Amino acid sequence: MCSCYYSSVWLHVNTGECNLASKHVPLQYLITLHWFETLFLCVFQRMPAPIRLRELIRTIRTARTQAEEREMIQKECAAIRSSFREEDNTYRCRNVAKLLYMHMLGYPAHFGQLECLKLIASQKFTDKRIGYLGAMLLLDERQDVHLLMTNCIKNDLNHSTQYVQGLALCTLGCMGSSEMCRDLAGEVEKLLKTSNSYLRKKAALCAVHVIRKVPELMEMFLPATKNLLSEKNHGVLHTSVVLLTEMCERSPDMLLHFRKLVPQLVRILKNLIMSGYSPEHDVSGISDPFLQVRILRLLRILGRSDDDSSEAMNDILAQVATNTETSKNVGNAILYETVLTIMDIKSESGLRVLAINILGRFLLNNDKNIRYVALTSLLKTVQTDHNAVQRHRSTIVDCLKDLDVSIKRRAMELSFALVNGNNIRGMMKELLYFLDSCDPEFKADCASGVFLAAEKYAPSKRWHIDTIMRVLTTAGSYVRDDSVPNLIQLITNSVEMHAYTVQRLYKALLDDISQQPLVQVSSWCIGEYGDLLVSGQCEEEEPIQVTEDEVLDVLEGLLVSNLSTPVTRGYSLTAIMKLSTRFSSVNRIKKVVSIYSSSIDVELQQRAVEYNALFKKYDHMRPALLERMPIMEKTASNGPTEIMQTNGETEPSVPDTKHLPLVTQPANQANDLLDLLGGNDVVPVIQTTLPTKPASAGGELLDLLGDLSLSGGLAPAPSVPVSQPPFLLDGLSSQPLFNDTSAAIPPMTAYSKNGLKIEFTFERANPNPNIAVITIHATNTTEADMTEFVFQAAVPKTFQLQLLSPSSNIVPALNQGSVTQVIRVLNPQKQQLRMRVKLTYTHKGSPVQDLAEVNNFPPQSWQ
Amino acid sequence: MQFMLLFSRQGKLRLQKWYVPLSDKERKKISRDLVQTILARKPKMCSFLEWRDLKIVYKRYASLYFCCAVEDQDNELITLEIIHRYVELLDKYFGSVCELDIIFNFEKAYFILDEFLLGGEAQETSKKNVLKAIEQADLLQEVRLLTDP
Repeated sequence: MCSCYYSSVWLHVNTGECNLASKHVPLQYLITLHWFETLFLCVFQRMPAPIRLRELIRTIRTARTQAEEREMIQKECAAIRSSFREEDNTYRCRNVAKLLYMHMLGYPAHFGQLECLKLIASQKFTDKRIGYLGAMLLLDERQDVHLLMTNCIKNDLNHSTQYVQGLALCTLGCMGSSEMCRDLAGEVEKLLKTSNSYLRKKAALCAVHVIRKVPELMEMFLPATKNLLSEKNHGVLHTSVVLLTEMCERSPDMLLHFRKLVPQLVRILKNLIMSGYSPEHDVSGISDPFLQVRILRLLRILGRSDDDSSEAMNDILAQVATNTETSKNVGNAILYETVLTIMDIKSESGLRVLAINILGRFLLNNDKNIRYVALTSLLKTVQTDHNAVQRHRSTIVDCLKDLDVSIKRRAMELSFALVNGNNIRGMMKELLYFLDSCDPEFKADCASGVFLAAEKYAPSKRWHIDTIMRVLTTAGSYVRDDSVPNLIQLITNSVEMHAYTVQRLYKALLDDISQQPLVQVSSWCIGEYGDLLVSGQCEEEEPIQVTEDEVLDVLEGLLVSNLSTPVTRGYSLTAIMKLSTRFSSVNRIKKVVSIYSSSIDVELQQRAVEYNALFKKYDHMRPALLERMPIMEKTASNGPTEIMQTNGETEPSVPDTKHLPLVTQPANQANDLLDLLGGNDVVPVIQTTLPTKPASAGGELLDLLGDLSLSGGLAPAPSVPVSQPPFLLDGLSSQPLFNDTSAAIPPMTAYSKNGLKIEFTFERANPNPNIAVITIHATNTTEADMTEFVFQAAVPKTFQLQLLSPSSNIVPALNQGSVTQVIRVLNPQKQQLRMRVKLTYTHKGSPVQDLAEVNNFPPQSWQ
Repeated sequence: MQFMLLFSRQGKLRLQKWYVPLSDKERKKISRDLVQTILARKPKMCSFLEWRDLKIVYKRYASLYFCCAVEDQDNELITLEIIHRYVELLDKYFGSVCELDIIFNFEKAYFILDEFLLGGEAQETSKKNVLKAIEQADLLQEVRLLTDP
């Protein structure tokens, strides 16, 4: 602009005319003006030509610090920006190229986006080349700016120069958005039918991209695919096979349509193998391995679940499998693809065995890439061809010792998949050795795998316990948290091994208290079976001599140790408490418990307080509460094979060990009641479902309480929420227990004998009419108090019953007071209410127990 | 193929080709993290790894790492061959290619790559044809103006 103005002024001055103003201006004035302009232009003349790309690169590389580099970049960016502002066509290409370099170094370059578009529109090939490159690097389809390219690309797709068309196809096929693809699909389709193989091959891959972006457009490319495979040009063949693969993968109809191509594909593949040396496509003696691999992949898709196609390709697959040179990676790449195809189609068994043997040979290859690929494939086939893969078990196990992490992981997954009842001992030895020496990232998965395999295939209980011990002691800190309850259950159910187990765990604790899962399981066991420990009952090995005090020392040590987590402390406190019914040193335990009732740790404090209360107020219940755990019924377990259905994913999915088993087998008292109630048609009151985090401190407490399938008054009610069946919670949370809006249901005397009278009063819980709230009032007409009074009840199967805490457990003499307790009964089927009650108390020093049936419920209480 | 990265042993990017739409920020993060992961691997380890949810194939040639992210169904071994073919093309074009060639002529490295792969797949399996196309295109750069379409 400046120069134009300059020259026009000069011109006008020369001719004496003037355009500067409408009036005539004297000549001298104009000459002075001209002089000023020259000065102006000399000082602020156009910038020197921007430096060349290579020059810039060289300069930037001399920077010694990041700051220096940043300074250079900023300076150059400023220059480039002003150059862009000047709309300079000559150097735009150079500037954008420099910008792309700086972008690669990590600096922002978005101000060059529009410039790329201008370059694309230029008629210089250099400009277009850089422009398209810039578009691919700087633009992304999330920005609307990229749509401005569409028209240029359309024009260039129809350009007379094939290299320009190529640029357009390449850019569209690399980064075209769905809108662009929709607009330009027609052009691509046209080019797919051209006889120019240079363009045809690019159009095919561009079509692949279009289909990926806009799958509905797939149909329009169908006619053009008609004779794609008759091309001689390998580039076109290769890209055509890719296009056909894409279409077949996306559409079952296309798949059906293209199945007829199988013979043609087989022929092409055969030619590639049988043909002599072709310098143009040869790679280490193999003719066009890229094309071979793609054809094999397409055959896989076409042959899958189709007998005829599979049969048609049987021979060629066998041929490739046996004739391919395996000394170099390229041959193995083809073999690998062949194996994948054989395993996926409906091949005959001989071929499958051939494939697995190839994989077996791969496992012995020096090249670790080959080994890796073999393990991955074997992992995929281990379910379907289990026996064939078993034959390679020893090689697979050897891979556990490989140095490469990925190979080790795969070998581990595969090993677990191959474990069965026959090889469990040998495999476990290897896997435990692996567990000892492997990286921490593997330990958790390996430990879980070992536990599962052991559970499924353990040849003996002793072996099982030993294996668990080995895992806990060697990888104890990596064991998953949810393994702990699983193990506890396992140990509980191995009744004859209790003494052995507790002894081994105790010894392990003496060695090391840092591994929390080990410590938790051990403390639990000691709490449960401490009596067996001190009485030296172990049969499996030499029983150790240990005193009660020594055991308590160890447990108390856990409480004070810095290494113990709060959860572990909870376990050990509970264990100590449990020993109060198994050991004789009750006083020592009482002392410990009372110390911790002022612990800072809230969880510990609560437990201690509750246990204290157990000693003081509810001592009569302590034996029942703390007695031996029953056999727990296990929820569905997932065997190791089910883990492996992840098909080679990195993480074997740990099966759902979160569900704690329901305590289905009732404790002794309940048994009595059941027997008397005549077997099957009655069940004791609701089992409290154990919550899903048993490892938590609360869970520990509930383990104890859950044991009691009869909710005989549990006081104090634990603040840890016991997950009640929801229907009963309806009333519980919002409604006051004693419902004012009670329909007047007459009270009844449920029991009256030996001076003990129990009266029932009724309310119907308002929100849920199926719930009846019964309050029992127990009174005592005798002259002596009835102490340690416990009321228990059972109802028929169609009912559910919940017993809340009693007001006290002493029924004072001579009607001086009463014990009240609330029962809630759910009666969804509105059946006649019947109840069995069991009463226990101590009267005048002797224990009394009685059972009775209550049948005289007023109809209003259950209708 | 989802993307290809070339980087030096110091972790400097020399080429990045993306075949999936990702923002600049995402690309930077992926590059940075992946480069770190690969540089941390020992020399004897295998060329394949699972990273996030991608299959990564990489190989070192002199001072440059060539790294590709491929799809689940892609054949890793043939991907190694693709990488090797690209290196051969660069070698033929530059004559005994070294990292400096790629640094100073990065745009040419891209042009060659774009003649060999398109949308992440190989478009030409003949070395000769790729090099011939590049040669012709380079000649075209000398021409002043292209004829209008």
